[in-house]
Amino acid sequence: MKAMTYRGPYTVRVEEKPDPTIEHPGDAIVRVDLAAICGSDLHLFHGMMPDTRVGHTFGHEFIGTIEEVGSNVEHLQVGDRVMVPFNISCGSCYFCARGLLSNCHNVNANATAVGGIYGYSHTAGGYDGGQAELVRVPFADVGPSVIPEGVSDENALLLTDALSTGYFGAQLADIVEGDTAVVFGAGPVGLAAARSCWLMGAGRVIVVDHLEHRLEMARTFGYAETIDFGQVDDIVRHLKRATDGLGADVAIDAVGAEADGHVLQHVTASKLKLQGGSPVALDWAIDAVRKGGTVSVMGAYGPIFSAVKLGDAVNKGLTIRTNQAPVKRQWPRLWEHIRAGIIDPSAMITHRIPLDDIAEGYHMSSSKLDGNVKTVVEVSGR
Amino acid sequence: MPYAADDATPGPDRDALRARVPGWGIDLDAADRPAFPREQPGIPTGAHWRLPEQQAHGETRERSVEHPRITPVFGTAQPLRGVSGAIRRLAYERYSEGQTPHWLLLILGDRVETAGSRARSLLSTRPDQPITQTGVLAESRRHPIRSRRSPGRVDLRHAWMDPLLVAGPWLLAAGALVGVGRAVARRR
Repeated sequence: MKAMTYRGPYTVRVEEKPDPTIEHPGDAIVRVDLAAICGSDLHLFHGMMPDTRVGHTFGHEFIGTIEEVGSNVEHLQVGDRVMVPFNISCGSCYFCARGLLSNCHNVNANATAVGGIYGYSHTAGGYDGGQAELVRVPFADVGPSVIPEGVSDENALLLTDALSTGYFGAQLADIVEGDTAVVFGAGPVGLAAARSCWLMGAGRVIVVDHLEHRLEMARTFGYAETIDFGQVDDIVRHLKRATDGLGADVAIDAVGAEADGHVLQHVTASKLKLQGGSPVALDWAIDAVRKGGTVSVMGAYGPIFSAVKLGDAVNKGLTIRTNQAPVKRQWPRLWEHIRAGIIDPSAMITHRIPLDDIAEGYHMSSSKLDGNVKTVVEVSGR
Repeated sequence: MPYAADDATPGPDRDALRARVPGWGIDLDAADRPAFPREQPGIPTGAHWRLPEQQAHGETRERSVEHPRITPVFGTAQPLRGVSGAIRRLAYERYSEGQTPHWLLLILGDRVETAGSRARSLLSTRPDQPITQTGVLAESRRHPIRSRRSPGRVDLRHAWMDPLLVAGPWLLAAGALVGVGRAVARRR
């Protein structure tokens, strides 16, 4: 099969690889129709995630068609068109049985802190991902769902991570009616979070980024006020002034490991890999939220230490809520919202490329060229 | 002026918000949100087993020392091999996820593998190609100048040093290797 492969930091290519096979009775093989490049794929592309091996195929956002099923698969059949959550979950361990589907204990031999994720290094389990023609999908009765009527392929694709994660991030913020929410990051997850804050009753939503085309989308897709932090002297003071000197009720970090805006943090984390991530957005969230407020973190960070301003978080009595989204738990509600026309995540897609152009897709996403927000990889040409 | 209990400016009312934002407040009830409560013992997951079957051939696969045994399912994408494999195996067998050497060894394994892979590729029929594999050819078609004119783009402030920071450690390592080689040659 044809697949994107990692060749080392900042280099990827498309090559022929052996087709994946059924390795466990609960496995399925999915022929990929659409995949996407996620902002968190860029952390892998930049060599930030430990144990990212040469030859690894990235891609944790994909939809496709069931090509083959293992002997213990009961809920899916060959030919079903499915959307696959980025989490790999057994459905029966201590954590899955409580709904913590992103924290499965039975699928990642390489780490206990991280669940299993498609195409996200061996630190996340060593599963090849969906930027390929075929993917092995473990525990197919737990993860994938048949794409329901009324949900387009592109919307299904964005439900496999971006929209579900953004919506989950708004939930983590515990929004109550009238809250002022600040969302750091206007990538697809931040945009989805901003939109979701309104659904949960926010009275005001402010999105912070430094890329004008993304802020424009935050205004049109996210209905948010926007601040270009590159054009203000001090983003924290600016946000305090905008919130009666108190700070926002909730702040959402939708940036994660490669946050920019503080040269020392960016260089030590993103370039020299001396931190698990550059916590600039998280530090700003801690500083800009009000005392007693809530900080929601679903931006992706690496597993080693990061220089976070924990002292101020304690001094302000903040609640910091985190997790990777248990994607499948969000789907029934988000299917309803999509079918009702309340939200159309495909509006965030700016680029569609063939798998053969994957290297250019990564560079475009990494360098934020051409107004890039979300890149879809058309694998099968359906 | 002292701070007061009613300092917060009241926001717009419900009707104004509903008129402006499609779906405003549709998930207002926190108890009716899909991830609430966070933990729901017994939630249906699709699993029709109490204990999953064990995937075969896990005996020699590396695993976190925090797992008492290999997990029932595991990835088989790129098995350990060579020098980088030995470094990574040491990281997994010797150190838990709570110990910094675990992660530093894994990062070292990554860099050793990349260096070896790039050297080996030169001897292959399809050597690594820094122009096409970095994707920089996208620059010519994706409005490189206009894209970088966004007024607040802060990454441009350190763009001049990024290539040095990315390539610098590789150049230093290569220089050190050459230095060691020369020193060894002189002693002989």
